[in-house]
Amino acid sequence: MTDPLVTIEGLTVAFNGVAALRGIDLAIGRGEAVGLVGESGCGKSVTWLAALGLLPATAAVAGRVRIEGEDLLGASPAVLERVRGGRIAMIFQDPASALNPVHSLGRQVSEALALHRGMRGAGARAEARRLFDLVGIPDAGRRLDSYPHEMSGGQNQRVMIAMALAGQPELLVADEPTTALDATIQAQILDLLRRLRAELGMALVLISHDLGVVAEMCDRVGVMYAGRIVEEAPSDALFAAPSHPYTQGLLAALPSMTGPRRRLSAIPGGVPEPWAMPPGCAFAPRCPHAGAACDAAVPALRHVGQDHAAACVQAVAREMVAA
Amino acid sequence: MSVSAPPLLELTGVSRLYSSRSLLGRASAVRAVDDVSLAVASGRTLGVVGESGCGKSTTGRLALGIETPSSGNVRFAGAPMPPPGTASWRTLRARMQLVPQDPLGALDRRLPLAAQIAEPLDIHGIGTKADRRDRVAALLRDVGLRPDHAARHAHELSGGQRQRAVLARALATDPALLVCDEPVSALDVSIQAQIVNMLTDLQEARGIAILFISHDLKVVRQMSHEIAVMYLGRVVERGDPEAILGDPLHPYSRALVSAIPVPGPRRRERIVLSGDPPNPANRPTGCAFHPRCPVATARCAAETPALREAADGRLVACHLVEPTRLAA
Repeated sequence: MTDPLVTIEGLTVAFNGVAALRGIDLAIGRGEAVGLVGESGCGKSVTWLAALGLLPATAAVAGRVRIEGEDLLGASPAVLERVRGGRIAMIFQDPASALNPVHSLGRQVSEALALHRGMRGAGARAEARRLFDLVGIPDAGRRLDSYPHEMSGGQNQRVMIAMALAGQPELLVADEPTTALDATIQAQILDLLRRLRAELGMALVLISHDLGVVAEMCDRVGVMYAGRIVEEAPSDALFAAPSHPYTQGLLAALPSMTGPRRRLSAIPGGVPEPWAMPPGCAFAPRCPHAGAACDAAVPALRHVGQDHAAACVQAVAREMVAA
Repeated sequence: MSVSAPPLLELTGVSRLYSSRSLLGRASAVRAVDDVSLAVASGRTLGVVGESGCGKSTTGRLALGIETPSSGNVRFAGAPMPPPGTASWRTLRARMQLVPQDPLGALDRRLPLAAQIAEPLDIHGIGTKADRRDRVAALLRDVGLRPDHAARHAHELSGGQRQRAVLARALATDPALLVCDEPVSALDVSIQAQIVNMLTDLQEARGIAILFISHDLKVVRQMSHEIAVMYLGRVVERGDPEAILGDPLHPYSRALVSAIPVPGPRRRERIVLSGDPPNPANRPTGCAFHPRCPVATARCAAETPALREAADGRLVACHLVEPTRLAA
């Protein structure tokens, strides 16, 4: 990749001495859409909360996060405030709790405009209205004076996106943006994100537990398990030929919408507790292919195909035989 | 397909109205469930799908007799559902159980699992103390929990284990009907598959009838022998899952199916509906779906479509179904 926008290197996070993130390396290119998938507790949200300095002080964060060469970890509050919302914006699963219930929507968007673009008064209101139009809120002018409780969940998520766009970010991090929404509303919001990306050339990081959502929206996908990225590949390659047994297991566990109905292949057991990590590969205890080599050391992400990497000794060995 | 099996649970023309009062004190009736007819036979699963506010959870509560219908009737095992709270209803509750979405909310944080799983046995006075201990051990085994889980508390378990514990408790009285309201929606994919497989196995082994309420069409397809799609309190399409999910006839079912994001190449164009589902208190005239429907005509705003039988046996409530697709 030529000159990525955001680079994360060796990012680790521990809460009270218990590791939550165990070394993340990830680069996001300009205008690129990258998906992060994984199940609860895999660290997909913590990665970006840590990168943007949004974790509580009790979290021990180490590693390096840069936006075009500028370091973010340990940066001064002034630098962080300029980057957050300005260059990188983030939206969350539950828009209703992210919005202030006692301020009008227009005021909340104007606040973001004042902070990041120094806009005030009528200028800010006009721009807020333009943003509401951009994210498809009907009757935008009147809606500026509405309050979050007067809007549906889908409309509030549009407001959150409008606020995120207020600072003209180069990267939007969307953390489960449609998980709390109904299916037909999810389709609307995904459609909106796709359109905005095309119109504004903005990069997108989409954090989701839903493989289907990520497959549809992203150029490249990272699969996370127990605080690490275990597979990374272009979207098409990942879903057509998953290499890591965890990715294979996740796809096999999904009920299908077509073809004969088969018994689901569930992944046995559960995710290991962060304080009781297996010695080698964290997935080994649940893995159908695990062998002695898997317990020897934590496998590193290794090349298994064109732009395709997996952290699995077995997958790498297979690739070497095939090559 | 055992079409002739008499239904264990039967809802006929069931409606449920709630009265609500606006800020100005004007009273209005909200039709949460409107003229719904459904049936489930033993050993079969009826999947009920739809979005928030479509009345699917209320339908589940009506099926269990927790709510009484404002009109229409509910029959269980051939007899009318007794009013809630009566002695005969309590007795009947041993034969029909609810599996809710949030297992942590459904479990008591202070009691060990064994006591909670035995609770329905205590309530219904089933077996001696020793019998109950054996029964709890057997139930734990049936839902894939270990004997040592008996002494654990809810907070010591993972989400999947909690849902297993809730299922063990629901199965304690050997029910004939389970109403599962979004039972796997809060679980991760890999765990969701474990629970779905277990429900299928339990159904096969015990011949339980299941009313499976979910917004997740993929899971519903996996579980169900028949499905009903609900929109704003009414069933808009009902029948064979393959027919409805593979070739939906109602425009709402079509939008719902096309909205499912699937990994891999897309089979068809996505239909993105405009607007939000309407408020049940402010129900559109005619077909409630018409303001969002991409093909609606003037008739749709004026006249509520009835469920009609299609050539393949499914039922569909839409004026615009091509006559060639309808039963002769």
